[in-house]
Amino acid sequence: MSEQYVLRVNGEPREVQDAWIGESLLYVLRERLGLPGAKGGCEQGECGSCSVLVDGALVCACLVLAASVVDAEVVTLEGLQPGERGALSIVQQAFVEEGAVQCGFCTPGLVMAVEDLLARDLDRDAAPGDLTVREAVSGNLCRCTGYGRVLAAIERAVSSAATQVAVRDGA
Amino acid sequence: MTVHRPTSLADAFAALGEAPDALVLAGGTDVMVGVNEGHRRLADVVVLGGVPELRRAGVERIDGREVLVIGAGVTYTGLAAPEIAARAPALAVAARTVGSPQIRNAGTIGGNLGTASPAGDTLPVLHALDAQVALAGPAGARILPVREFVTGPKRTALTPGELVTAVHVPVVRGPQDYLKVGVRNAMVIAVASVAFVVDLDRHEVAVGLGAVGPGPLGAPEACRWLARQLHWDDEGVRLADPGDAARFGTLVTEAARPIDDHRGRADYRRHAVGVLATRAVKRAVRGGMS
Repeated sequence: MSEQYVLRVNGEPREVQDAWIGESLLYVLRERLGLPGAKGGCEQGECGSCSVLVDGALVCACLVLAASVVDAEVVTLEGLQPGERGALSIVQQAFVEEGAVQCGFCTPGLVMAVEDLLARDLDRDAAPGDLTVREAVSGNLCRCTGYGRVLAAIERAVSSAATQVAVRDGA
Repeated sequence: MTVHRPTSLADAFAALGEAPDALVLAGGTDVMVGVNEGHRRLADVVVLGGVPELRRAGVERIDGREVLVIGAGVTYTGLAAPEIAARAPALAVAARTVGSPQIRNAGTIGGNLGTASPAGDTLPVLHALDAQVALAGPAGARILPVREFVTGPKRTALTPGELVTAVHVPVVRGPQDYLKVGVRNAMVIAVASVAFVVDLDRHEVAVGLGAVGPGPLGAPEACRWLARQLHWDDEGVRLADPGDAARFGTLVTEAARPIDDHRGRADYRRHAVGVLATRAVKRAVRGGMS
């Protein structure tokens, strides 16, 4: 039996045809919709490399039944890119500048987790504390960096985002 | 074989009426692991994520008691929110220990109940608080104590076509805690866990033990003994003899019924619940943190 449905991904309706009923969102994104940003690491929700936003909530795409999120807004790493192809988001730029990438496999998931942290925390007055930051990326495993440069990149991203908000608000 | 995506509780029951043997999918964090590994084949699926009635949570007065009524679709992230944490702190703590932020955003309290894993983190808390599970199905609605709802490892009192719709959690005044041992500090399945509840109004103590039995277990004798040793006043409890925390821990181990498995040995689990119960008492009593 094949499933046919339409997902809303990065603001666009995307048709999925001849899918198997049990396909995960991760599989559909990568293999059917040509969006390889989310990575398949453990496929059991341990590593976080497939992190995406579904209706604004950070989740592991490998644990989402694709056919279950037909009415939801899915945002992947590709959807974060501002403007032209190749442009970087604040978080991506911070990862580049701090050298927070080694093999790069975990990076898309980490970037999504940090984007989610910024989206949740930017309205508050103070920058997120160290424990908040560590908890925000506690579901993203990195076996190369030892996290030092990742944490430095998050600090840089938080401060860039705060500057951007200050400029926007005319402070 | 099809995926049903009901957008109301009535639609969900209609879908289950058509396919009573359908897999009921809540957050998917357990189900999809089995699907990805090829251990579980899907036929009909009823997806509960689009049913707004299941995502509500609020406070009601039931039989003169303040009760948190938590929809089955409330996520672990939702359980850790201030409105729930203020009224059922042990439940919020337990929810916070589940998986990662990604898992907590997806997994639900109804899924934890329906899956009924012996290691399910909310189950010991719901057991200690004597929470009630609201069920609905073709034969109507009914309510069961969580202590009767879980009938064994991954087994529940749910009948075909029936859904967990909500959990009724009594609001209890007094210290509460949830302590868990796993192979590390984050993203672990419990090897042993203890929920601890002090009821300042009734002068009662309750525990729920996790991952040391076929389902969550109480330790009524140990709790009655501890309640007699505690000094009660309106603000909290004190221990006359600090050694009673460890004695309580030893009594709690006698209630555990652990097994050996790939996550831990039975004797380790028995020892661990005792340590956790002792620690819970020390944290809960005034001046006990030393």
